[in-house]
Amino acid sequence: MTVDAPTSMSADIGASHAEIGHREAGMPTPLVGMLLFIASEVMFFGGLFAAYFNARAAFPGEWGPPPPAHALEMLPIALPLTLVLVASSFTMQFGVWAIRRGDQRALRNWTAVTLLLGVMFLAGQLYDYSILGFGIGDGVFGTVFYTLTGFHGAHVFGGAVGLTILLARSVQGQFSARNHVAVEAVSMYWHFVDVVWIALFTTLYILG
Amino acid sequence: MATTTLAPRAGTWRQSWVIDWLTTVDHKKIGILYIVNSFLFFFAAGVLALVIRSELMVPGLQFVDEATYNQAFTMHGTIMIFLFVVPVLSGFANYVVPLQLGAPDMAFPRINALSFWLLPLGGILIFSGYLFGGAAAEGWTMYAPLSNARYAEGPGTDLWLIGLTLVGTASILGAVNIIATVFKMRAPGMTLFRMPIFVWTVLATATLILLATPVLTAGLIALFIDRNYGGAFFEPSAGGNPILWQHIFWFFGHPEVYIVILPAMGVVSEILPVFSRKPLFGYRAFVFATIGIMLLSFSVWAHHMFTTGQVFLLFFAFMTALIGVPTGVKMFNWMATLWRGSLEFTTPMLFALGFITMFLIGGISGVMLASPPVDFHLQDTYFVVAHLHYVFFGGSVFGVFAATYFWFPKMTGRRLNERLGKVHFWIHFIGFNLAFFPMHPLGISGMPRRVADYSPDAGFTLWNIVSTVGAFMIAISVLPFLVNLVATLINGERVGDDPWEANTLEWATTSPPPPYNFDRLPPIRSERPVFDLRHKHDAEHMAAERRAPEEGTA
Repeated sequence: MTVDAPTSMSADIGASHAEIGHREAGMPTPLVGMLLFIASEVMFFGGLFAAYFNARAAFPGEWGPPPPAHALEMLPIALPLTLVLVASSFTMQFGVWAIRRGDQRALRNWTAVTLLLGVMFLAGQLYDYSILGFGIGDGVFGTVFYTLTGFHGAHVFGGAVGLTILLARSVQGQFSARNHVAVEAVSMYWHFVDVVWIALFTTLYILG
Repeated sequence: MATTTLAPRAGTWRQSWVIDWLTTVDHKKIGILYIVNSFLFFFAAGVLALVIRSELMVPGLQFVDEATYNQAFTMHGTIMIFLFVVPVLSGFANYVVPLQLGAPDMAFPRINALSFWLLPLGGILIFSGYLFGGAAAEGWTMYAPLSNARYAEGPGTDLWLIGLTLVGTASILGAVNIIATVFKMRAPGMTLFRMPIFVWTVLATATLILLATPVLTAGLIALFIDRNYGGAFFEPSAGGNPILWQHIFWFFGHPEVYIVILPAMGVVSEILPVFSRKPLFGYRAFVFATIGIMLLSFSVWAHHMFTTGQVFLLFFAFMTALIGVPTGVKMFNWMATLWRGSLEFTTPMLFALGFITMFLIGGISGVMLASPPVDFHLQDTYFVVAHLHYVFFGGSVFGVFAATYFWFPKMTGRRLNERLGKVHFWIHFIGFNLAFFPMHPLGISGMPRRVADYSPDAGFTLWNIVSTVGAFMIAISVLPFLVNLVATLINGERVGDDPWEANTLEWATTSPPPPYNFDRLPPIRSERPVFDLRHKHDAEHMAAERRAPEEGTA
């Protein structure tokens, strides 16, 4: 060995400070975070759905609300509410497309409509709860029904809070074609909540 | 070394250091908060372990009644797993991963602070049962129907459920942060297959946390509804199914085992190459083994439920044996790394070797339990307690101490005293084996877990005395560790930026690193950029020799 080992590293270090930092390519970091969070939410609802099907598979007798209450029906409430929530996914997406073009005014209007539809869904669900005629303590069906729809409703509420913040920020003109990552993130979450409801509606009202 | 001045108000507004630590979003300070917080819970749960071992030393009830004993083992398990081993490894991940990737911080620094602060809150809630008529007492697995409102009265179990939900939420947020950091914050040149093994294992762990913990959260909420709102998830009289709790719990609980062990494997895989002066043998094989364990861990949960008679024994026995294969691959990685290395038996190296040997024993007893006929005999005996302590304590906790001794100089600029470190290791190692090895014969001869007493005629007494002596040795081994920590912080040897002559990027910055970590980064051309930098001239020299051998430059 004739070569001396270097005594100091700093002299040999190459990359400058400006090169250290976020990578610009690919999906923005907040959206990666939102997608990961949604993945965890999928598993959360997966656990609740597993509990539902476990209870349904093992249930002796007819599956459904306990006897004094009548069976679940799509009309007059559940199906219209489904249409309201699915429509809100479209209005949300129209808002996203608007701000990608830089149209702040259209974003504001579509966000307001989406929020209104979300609140309609929540109000309708609460009304439905009041007339169903069974509670969370009425057998395992009552438990899984209210737990699943209740946690879905809580997620709709969370999305509505996000939409309210979006609306306030868009009124102040904080979003532009280049800078609107919060809009994209809330829309992802809103679509996810919508998809959960479609799965829930299919499970409760179509599979029965 | 100059620090950066990116903090906008630096120098113009001086805060007290207390406010600074309480409001920090620096991943390094948050990492240290995680580690300190976790060790506090470790000592609390350790005291509970001594209560358990004291009571079991000889037949009869000497110190506590049955109800207190039940609370002690429940809190011991819960706190050790959820508030010590998982978060302390998250703390090291928090501190080390951005440094190893050449990143200035985590992807979401403020969410990082949130996910830390939920932990002490959840831990205090879980412990606060003691103030309201008794903590949860149904075991850390909280099996239905033991945990329903009739058999588990009082708010202790509800506080356990709420606290654990917060702790779970904290780890989910932390997992989101880690994964986003790995995919979005790597320095130029840091490709996925140049990432240090520790980062790979933490990435796999975060993925497991992200996908397994929410299922536990769903179960915790279901149990809370059963207990407080008349729900019937686990209530057979109203159409529910108590076995469902076991499915939900273990669907989370088995990935949890790998959540606890994978980062410790990563720590060991960082330490062995440094003190063998060799690269890790089979880097890619190790990465694929880690991913293999991650995927397989979702298909083995029901091996905890063989005796329920409600699961498909063959499938779960086969998958469980299968997960031993990638684990075995790692054993060979480590042994081949050690083979003909220039071994240096520093304290971190001793703990890493302790990990390998103890985890091997835990792995073998795990494969034994994977066989349904053996499991039928050993279910709920001390054999299972021995197995899980060899994995959690002999595995993960040895990894935690290895990480502490290894990265302490990076965090503080001072190296822990090696002599005290070795005293700590040997008392700890011998005490651990005295405490837990006797539980194997105890379990095989039928001593049940979670029972405060046993018959003097059962023949359990001798092994229980040995085990209790071992437990107190472990407790004593903490003393040289604490003395070492305090003495080193006050008056330890200052050892510079890279005291171990290590391989990965955290050693390319100052000790402790400045805010935002790096002024400059070395070029990243392999998984050992700091090694490459140190031996740059050797490499150029050898390349020159290869180009012109006839000139004889050597």
